[in-house]
Amino acid sequence: MFDFFFQLHPVIQGLAKGLAVIMVIFPLAGACSLAERKVSAWMQGRPGPNRAIVPWIAWIPLLGVFLQKLGVFHLMSDGGKLLFKEEPVPGHVNKFYFILAPALAIMPAFTTVTVVPFGAYFDAAGAAIPLVLADVDIGLLAVFAVSSLGIYSLILAGWASNSKYPFLGGVRASAQLISYELAMTMSVIPVFLWINAPGQPGTMSLAKAVEFQSLPGFWGGSWFILLMPLSALIFLISLFAETNRHPFDMAESESDLVGGFHTEYGAFKWSLFFVAEYSHMIIGSGVFVLLFLGGWNPLPWVPLSTAAQLLGVAGLPLVVGVLSIVIFLAKVVAMVFFFMWVRWTVPRFRYDQIMKLGWQKLLPLSIANLLFYAIAIAVIQK
Amino acid sequence: MAQILFYAFALFTLACAVGVVVNKNAVNAAMCLLLSLVGVAGLFVQLDAYLLAFLLLLVYAGAVVALFLFIVMLLDMKDTAAHGFRKISGFASVFALGLLVTGVSTFVVRGRLTTPNPNLAAAVGTDLKHYAYQLFTTYLLPVQVIGFLLLIAMLGVIVLSKRWEGLDDIK
Repeated sequence: MFDFFFQLHPVIQGLAKGLAVIMVIFPLAGACSLAERKVSAWMQGRPGPNRAIVPWIAWIPLLGVFLQKLGVFHLMSDGGKLLFKEEPVPGHVNKFYFILAPALAIMPAFTTVTVVPFGAYFDAAGAAIPLVLADVDIGLLAVFAVSSLGIYSLILAGWASNSKYPFLGGVRASAQLISYELAMTMSVIPVFLWINAPGQPGTMSLAKAVEFQSLPGFWGGSWFILLMPLSALIFLISLFAETNRHPFDMAESESDLVGGFHTEYGAFKWSLFFVAEYSHMIIGSGVFVLLFLGGWNPLPWVPLSTAAQLLGVAGLPLVVGVLSIVIFLAKVVAMVFFFMWVRWTVPRFRYDQIMKLGWQKLLPLSIANLLFYAIAIAVIQK
Repeated sequence: MAQILFYAFALFTLACAVGVVVNKNAVNAAMCLLLSLVGVAGLFVQLDAYLLAFLLLLVYAGAVVALFLFIVMLLDMKDTAAHGFRKISGFASVFALGLLVTGVSTFVVRGRLTTPNPNLAAAVGTDLKHYAYQLFTTYLLPVQVIGFLLLIAMLGVIVLSKRWEGLDDIK
């Protein structure tokens, strides 16, 4: 059935796989913007978006009304609106960088997907094969490196807009992202110290991190959030800051900067910034799930292989693969919901509070955490 | 194929590096520097040194150039950018070019360059563990020296940039 695909040139195969993943991420990011509106409405006790509907679906008796109340057609109508709106380019901007910035926002967000595994299946020998576009040894480093390039879209958008609120947003964003990158990188080192046990080849692959959370035994089967709660907490806080989400929403900061770095943007260029933000959020959640929440293992101490045996599908790689993807995506969606939950619960920090938290609290804390785990792991693995 | 890619990346890197020097707009120059670093990262990937390539992207392209942009924007260098050509800069560049040519030619002629063991080179660049092991054993002294230099530089920056209110603060 799939022979046709495997006969294609490897480059075309890679392109097809990449496109397939982007075709999932892009609508998912769009759906997140709708989910954000629905979740915020739910938390504030109002109905939220519930008007748009396609006429011929309105004819279906119960389902039509249900879908209308759910607001799913707002996704379509918003997408259409943003796509066909007039693209305003203000006269006072630097046109080249003004147009480049939204593209620069999208590119790193979609490039990081290549090294993030999203599922696994078992071959005949019982070894887990991760489903990933490129399973490289430096997995996490590649995610950090490429996603750190996303900062240029904010800086350039702020600068090219040539007006003061976007400029302030861009400058704030650049300082904030650089500050939290340090704590973020420091916080994941204990995980990889544990994975790179003596005798193992060195790796920073995310699939390897999941493999270590699906070993048998009490220590092997527990997720890293249980073994290293402080690392997970620091990583999570930095993730909020790196994705520019509330309460670290300094680049946008609607209450004091109008719209922040994207004040001068409109129509589809504006929405590209949002697609980028949500895909950063999805991929960040994915990395968090892989590192600390057991990846595609359904429960702590219940790895995927055991779950597959319990369900009686252990011999079917295709079913196991789909099952692992469903488990992984469910966790990611739960994390995205957590992001939204925090956004509509916690008020925005002041700028000096953010700098203080990043440099004076999280960074020393992550260094202390690293030292503690370095010593503990050296003692345990000796 | 590899040769074509090498020339493409090398040309790209050099063109962007020239762009850094000749651009009058400081933001354009910083963006050229960014592209030039990406080109160098591409060259590293061709050497199978994926680790170095991504470290270069992470540290230089992701953080250092972003800081450059940050400073450029804070200083708002529109007026100071237009320096005309001066004689002294011409002399200085000729002198520097001479030094560079001498250095490279000496290195090529007398450096006794041997073809490095391809297996070893691949192992150092790709395997994280091996790379780290080398850093902490063979190259420990350079790492320590550079770390110390950076510490001194950081202290210097703190001393220079802090606004001292009076003599009491310095003590």
